[in-house]
Amino acid sequence: MKAIFKKPSYSSPPTTRSRKLEIPKGLWIKCPSCGESIYNQQLDENSRVCTKCDYHFAMNARARLQLVLDPDSFAEEDAGLEAVNALDFPKYTERLAVEREKKCLKDAVISGTGRIKDMPVSVAVMDFSFLGGSMGVVVGEKITRAIERGAQQKIPMITFSSSGGARMHEGAFSLMQMAKVSGALMRLSQAKLPFISVLLDPTTGGVTASFATLGDLNIAEPGAMIGFAGPRVIKETTHQDLPKGFQTAEFLLAHGLIDKIVHRKQMRATLASFLSCLTKK
Amino acid sequence: MDSSIQVLEFEKPLAELERMIAHLRSHNNQHDLKVEKEISNLESKIGKLRSDIYSNLNPWQRVQIARHPKRPYTLDYVGLCFEEFNEIHGDRLFSDDQALIGGTARFQGEAVMVIGHQKGRDTKERTKRNFGMANPEGYRKALRLMKMADKFGLPVFTFVDTPGAFPGIGAEERHISEAIAVNLREMFAVKVPMLCTIIGEGGSGGALGIAVTDRVLIMENAYYSVISPEGCAAILWKDRSHSAKAAEALKITAPDLLKHGLVDEVIPEPVGGAHYKPEVAAQNLKVVLAKHLGELKKLPLERLIELRFEKFRKMGSFLEKR
Ligand SMILES: [Zn+2]
Repeated sequence: MKAIFKKPSYSSPPTTRSRKLEIPKGLWIKCPSCGESIYNQQLDENSRVCTKCDYHFAMNARARLQLVLDPDSFAEEDAGLEAVNALDFPKYTERLAVEREKKCLKDAVISGTGRIKDMPVSVAVMDFSFLGGSMGVVVGEKITRAIERGAQQKIPMITFSSSGGARMHEGAFSLMQMAKVSGALMRLSQAKLPFISVLLDPTTGGVTASFATLGDLNIAEPGAMIGFAGPRVIKETTHQDLPKGFQTAEFLLAHGLIDKIVHRKQMRATLASFLSCLTKK
Repeated sequence: MDSSIQVLEFEKPLAELERMIAHLRSHNNQHDLKVEKEISNLESKIGKLRSDIYSNLNPWQRVQIARHPKRPYTLDYVGLCFEEFNEIHGDRLFSDDQALIGGTARFQGEAVMVIGHQKGRDTKERTKRNFGMANPEGYRKALRLMKMADKFGLPVFTFVDTPGAFPGIGAEERHISEAIAVNLREMFAVKVPMLCTIIGEGGSGGALGIAVTDRVLIMENAYYSVISPEGCAAILWKDRSHSAKAAEALKITAPDLLKHGLVDEVIPEPVGGAHYKPEVAAQNLKVVLAKHLGELKKLPLERLIELRFEKFRKMGSFLEKR
């Protein structure tokens, strides 16, 4: 894994309160929730969860895989897929090059197979740091293939979403990925294989309106911002004040829209428990 | 054209000529031959100008035509292309969404299901129709009708005309994301021929929520986009006044979508746009719908939904390096 040699920055903890990027430059990082200054390494050791208030900082895709999967069980697939600028969208080609270089990622998702407590799974993890985790053709294709891999190998599918929505730069092609992934999920569902969707902070737009809400189980991390339209758009359109905690995981749970909120440190155990029940193991 | 609000910027020269003709007519009760001749001159000039304008439309102008307040809406086309439309209301869970409607109808005598976004023409109607922006209930009603169509073997016709799904508090509280997502998945299993036509605005997920169909057709001046040109301009150039540039960059016009394989056929509109001659637009639409329905009905149903899956499965290109 390339990440071992050149560790990608954990970068950009977008919070439910402020969307501003707070890139940790030094050894210390300030918790946007409680204000506590935390030693960066200590934060890593604590799964990027605030030691004082349990605030869940953003976590990159590779770290997420390490956290959830059995050690050394991950086999990456489709790592060679790269986006093209099919519409000649202004500055997109340059933007992709910069993102790939800076983020040590080819696109906004990493996918493959692995095991959770010895149970094989097909898995796709989105990385918000790459173009806001937006879903273009490559993201759509990799997630679709991961679902198809699950169907073919008769193993459950798990996605971890974190996305600003469909990728504007690929126009209607991005939109069509929503249909493409959903079609694959229809086939997985017909094969009676479990799909667990984990929604991370933030999951919005075309990702929420496709696979991220189509899980047999839809699980969120505490405090995750989850919605279709952005709060600013809703405010501008309706001229209404937004309710307290609007579009947070807790708000969605209270409205019966998601199945469970799971603390990052309990995620692996919770997924294992659900997987073993749904597959009757 | 009775109101200046209803004249698009690039149509103003046409409106001006029309105003002149009307003026001459009203002052020519004696049928003066010279004036008659002038009127006929102006009329031929207007015809030429109209065809000039309409053969050189840029993407942003097409967006404006797609949003034209006089453009035919779903119910107009249903009235002109179908018979016996019988509306079915409600999602049986929360409410009846009047921005996304549906019901049974007959197409060339055959029983079918019709579903589409509906916009309103006057202030009252616009509010009732929520400017064509559906809530979760609209999508859930649409799915209910599709499943009914599946059960009774009725072909499904959907008509897309929405700026997008409604960005509202209630919409989020009742899970608009999930309503759209479920439609995207379930439409792959509806075992009857399904045809979608983008008739005006094809706004993002709100459009796609009824557009996962065997055929995706589009009216010549309609658009289909992942984001509104205004939204794109605001993100990219931090300024909505760059919407024209965004409309171009997003490749959202019917000819562009056809070129990229994102739609199956472009339905020609009369010179002057569908709002200029709705009956002609509707006739063109009907012919194309009939052709595609005929093709789809020849397919065994298992094959039909297999092809529907493959159609969307292969959308979008990428590089694959070893
Ligand atoms: Zn804290």
